[in-house]
Amino acid sequence: MSIAPRNSKLHNFNQFARRDFLKAGVTAGAGLVIGLYLPPLAREAEAAGKDFAPNAFVEITPTGDVHLWCARSEMGQGVRTSMLMILAEELDADWTRVKVVQADFDAKYGDMTTGGSESVRGSWTPLRKAGATARDMLVTAAQQSWSVPKSECTTRAGTVIHAKTKRELAYGELATKAAMLPVPQDVPLKDPKDYRILETKKARVDGPFIVIGEAHYGIDTKVPGMLYAVVARPPAFGGRVKTFDPAHAQAVAGVRKVVEVPAVEMPPLFGEERKENSGHQHYLWGGVAVVADSTWQAISGRKALTVEWEPGAGADETTEKQRASCAEMVKGSGKELRKIGDPVAALASSPKKVEAEYELPFVAHTPMEPPNCTAHVHDGKCEIWAPTQNAPGMATALASTLNIPLPAITIHVTLLGGGFGRRLNIEYGVEAALISRAAGAPVKVFWTRDDDLRHDYYRPMSHHRLRAGLGAQNQITAWLHHVAAPTTDGFYLGGDIPDMGGTELGGAGFPNGSVPNYLLEASFLHTAVPRGYWRSVDVSWNHFAVQSFIDEVAAAAGKDPLELRRQLIAAKPPAAEAGGDEKPVNVERLRRVLDLAAEKAGWGKPLPAGRGRGIANLYSWGTYIAQAAEVTVAKDGNIHVDRVVVAVDCGQVINPDMVAAQMEGGIAFGLTAALFSEVTIENGQTQQSNFDNYPMVRISDMPRVEVYIVPSHADPGGIGEPPVPSIAPAVANAIFAATGKRLRRLPFQTQELAQS
Amino acid sequence: MDAISIKVNGKAHSVEVTPDTPLLWVLRDTLGLTGTKFGCGMALCGACTVHIDGEPTRSCITRIAAAAGRSITTIEGLSPDGRNPVQLAWLAEQVPQCGYCQAGMIMTSAALLAKNSAPSDADIDDALAGHICRCGTYQRIREAIHQAATKSKPQSKKVASGGAQ
Repeated sequence: MSIAPRNSKLHNFNQFARRDFLKAGVTAGAGLVIGLYLPPLAREAEAAGKDFAPNAFVEITPTGDVHLWCARSEMGQGVRTSMLMILAEELDADWTRVKVVQADFDAKYGDMTTGGSESVRGSWTPLRKAGATARDMLVTAAQQSWSVPKSECTTRAGTVIHAKTKRELAYGELATKAAMLPVPQDVPLKDPKDYRILETKKARVDGPFIVIGEAHYGIDTKVPGMLYAVVARPPAFGGRVKTFDPAHAQAVAGVRKVVEVPAVEMPPLFGEERKENSGHQHYLWGGVAVVADSTWQAISGRKALTVEWEPGAGADETTEKQRASCAEMVKGSGKELRKIGDPVAALASSPKKVEAEYELPFVAHTPMEPPNCTAHVHDGKCEIWAPTQNAPGMATALASTLNIPLPAITIHVTLLGGGFGRRLNIEYGVEAALISRAAGAPVKVFWTRDDDLRHDYYRPMSHHRLRAGLGAQNQITAWLHHVAAPTTDGFYLGGDIPDMGGTELGGAGFPNGSVPNYLLEASFLHTAVPRGYWRSVDVSWNHFAVQSFIDEVAAAAGKDPLELRRQLIAAKPPAAEAGGDEKPVNVERLRRVLDLAAEKAGWGKPLPAGRGRGIANLYSWGTYIAQAAEVTVAKDGNIHVDRVVVAVDCGQVINPDMVAAQMEGGIAFGLTAALFSEVTIENGQTQQSNFDNYPMVRISDMPRVEVYIVPSHADPGGIGEPPVPSIAPAVANAIFAATGKRLRRLPFQTQELAQS
Repeated sequence: MDAISIKVNGKAHSVEVTPDTPLLWVLRDTLGLTGTKFGCGMALCGACTVHIDGEPTRSCITRIAAAAGRSITTIEGLSPDGRNPVQLAWLAEQVPQCGYCQAGMIMTSAALLAKNSAPSDADIDDALAGHICRCGTYQRIREAIHQAATKSKPQSKKVASGGAQ
C-alpha cells in the first residue's frame, strides 16, 4: 500500500532502458550476481550516456541460495514477497531457497521511494528479465558442462535438468561458471501458462517473524550507547520556540540533556525543482528535545518542561472558518482546468438541473507504529535507522541540513508498522539527526500518538460543488465540478495553483469523456495546516464527490445508478482520470469490473427495510475496480456496513492472496475515514490527540469483504491505493438506497439519519 | 529508584526503574523484549497487550509496581517454538499485513481461547473490541481464531494459554 504524488519521478515506470540493462559478475563468494536497473535510473543513465551502475541485485550463491536486495520499503503491502515471487518465477528458483535482503539507502539503487502503488508496477519487467537472464546463463553453464544441446535442457525449482541422460545440476553448482559467461540479450520470458509461483498464494516472507514478535520495526531499534528522546513541538502550525526553561525537565531522573531543535527548511520530498521564495511551507517543526536514558524518562522529562511558543502563522485558523471559506469559493469561478464544449451555456439551457455540494475534512495517517527514528551523527557521518517510505528524500534532507555529502549518510530501512504516506515525509529523520548531533550520542526519537496526530501532514480538506444538466430524455447535457481545497504541492513546493498533473485533481475525471459539456475548476484555500500524501491521495476526495453525484443525477433522471454508470462508460472512451495515470481508460475493463461487482452483489435484488446497496467504480494506478456495499441503517441513525463486494482488474496478479488482503485492508482504511476521521483545527492547532477522539474502524465495524479478481496478463496495476476511495461513495449511495437521505459530508453525519 | 522484581516469560528479572514506569517500557527498553508494541499509551489500541497471570493486560498503562511479583507473558514467551495454535492459524490465514499490531491481537486471542474454546463471531468481536489494526486485517483475524479454536480443541486449553506459563 502506498502513496505518492503523480507528478513525481515515481510515475514514469515501465520506461526503462531497453539496451543492456543487466550485467553479471562474480561475487566475493564465487556466486553469480546479476545487477539490474530499475527505473527510472536506467532511463536517466541511458540519456546521460552513463556507465552501468545497477540499482538492484540478485545473487546466486555456490550453495544454491538466491538473494534479492529489495530497495522498496515493506509496510504491509507485501512488496518483499511480491518482488521475490516475480524474480523466482523467471529464474525457476526453488522457492524455499530464495531470500530477500532489505537494501540500505544507497544512490546506486536509484529511486527507493515506496509510493504511488508503484513498486510492483515499476519492478515487474526488470525483475522478470533479471530472473530469465540468470536462468539462461545457468542453463548455458550446465549445457557446456554436459556438452549437450541447450534446447534439451530444462529447469525446475533451482535445478537444470537434462532429461535424456537423466542428469541434473543445482543452480549453486553452476553459479561460478555462469558468472563467467557473457550476458545474453533479449532472453524470452515465460508464457503465463507456465507460471508456477506467480498467481499462487505464497505466504508473506515476514509472517513467521511477525507472529513470534521478532519482526523488527524502526521503533525496535537499539544500538550501543543509545539514548532516548521525545520532542515538545509547537502546538500551532508554523509556531516556533520563543523561550524554554529546561530546569524541571533536567531534574527528572535519567534525563541527560534538553536541547532546542531548530525549524529547518526542508527540501522537496522527491528531488523536484523548487523556485526560491516560492512560498512553500515545509519546515521541520522545531521544538525542544528531552534526551534521557529511557523512553519513559524522556516522556517524564517533557512533562516537566516549560516552553513558551511563538504562535505562528496559523494561530487564528479554525475548521469552521476554513469550511466557510471553501463554501464561499465554490460559489464563484475557479481556475479552469479542463473544459469540453460550453458547459455553462449547456447547463443554463438544460430543462432539468441537479446540484449538490460535498465536504471532506483533514484526516491523519495514524500508522500503528508512530513516527520514530534512531540517528547517530558523529565524525562527519550520519547513520539512520528509520521506518521510511522515502530513504532518498530523507538522505537529501540530511545532507543539506547537516551539511555533509550523501556518501556520508547511511540509512537502514527497517520494517514499517504501516506507512499510508506518512513516511514519505522526511522530517522525523532530520529531527533525530539534529538531536543526536546535539546529544553527542546515538538517539532514538520516539513520538507518542499525541505527537503523531498533532504533527502530521494531513490529507487536505475539500469542498466540492457539482452541477449537472439533464436534457429532454434525461441524458446528461453538462457536468460541472468546482473543487476548493488547500494545495499539497504548494505546501511542499510553493505556488498555489496546480495543474492537471498535480496531486489535487485525481479522481475528478470521470465522466469527462462521456458528457458533451464538461468543466473542472479549482480554488485554493490558504492555510498553515500541513498537507501530505495519504493513501490514495486526491482520488480519496474527488472520487467521493463524483461517485456520490452520479447517483444523485441518476435519481433525478429516474435511472438506476448502475445503469447510468454503464451508459457513461459506454458513451465514449473517457480521457484519463484527471491528474491520474497517463494511459487512457480501457472501457471494456472498467465495465467488466462494474458488471462483475454488480452481479456478485446481487444488484437489483430487494433488501429488507433499513438496508441498502450502493456501488462505485474507479480507474487509477493502472487498476480497475468496482465496489458494491450493503449497509444497514438503524432507527437511531447508526450505520453498519455489512458486506462489500469488490471486483478488481489489476492486470497481471502476482499473489492473489496479497491482492485480497489489500482490498480488505484498503476498505477498512477508507471506511475509517468515511465513518470517523476528522481532524479539526482551533487556534491553528489540531484538536485530536489519540484514538479516543480520533477513532478507527475496529473488528465489529468490519464488513465482510468478498474479492473477485478478473484474470489478466496485462501489465500489473497497483493494489495498495485502488481499494480506498470507492468505499465512502459506495456506502453513501447505499445509505441513500436504504433511507432516501443523502449524506454529503465526511465523516458521515449519521445523526441526520435518525428517525424521530 | 528501588529494584523491582518481575517474572517475564518464566524468567525472574530485577529492574531499577521508577515505580510509575509502565510495564511496556520496562519490557521494551530495559529487557529488550520489543515484540510488545506501543500504539497509543492510553489502553485504546491493544498493541501492547501481554498476559499478566494469564489475563490479557495493557502494558502501556500498567505501572511496573503493579506488575511486581506477577507472572508476565509476552509474545516472545507465548510458546517455546512459535507453534501456539493462534500463531499457526495466523500464518495459515495469512493475517498480518504490516504486522505491528499483531502481537497484541495474538495475545488477546490466545487468552480468549484459553477461556472459550469455541468462540462465536460476537465473542471474538467482544474480546478484540479494544484492539486496532490500521491495515484492516480484522476479517482474517476472525477466521484465524475460529481455525485455532478447531485445532486446539483436542489438546485442551493448556496449549492455548501459552507454553511458557
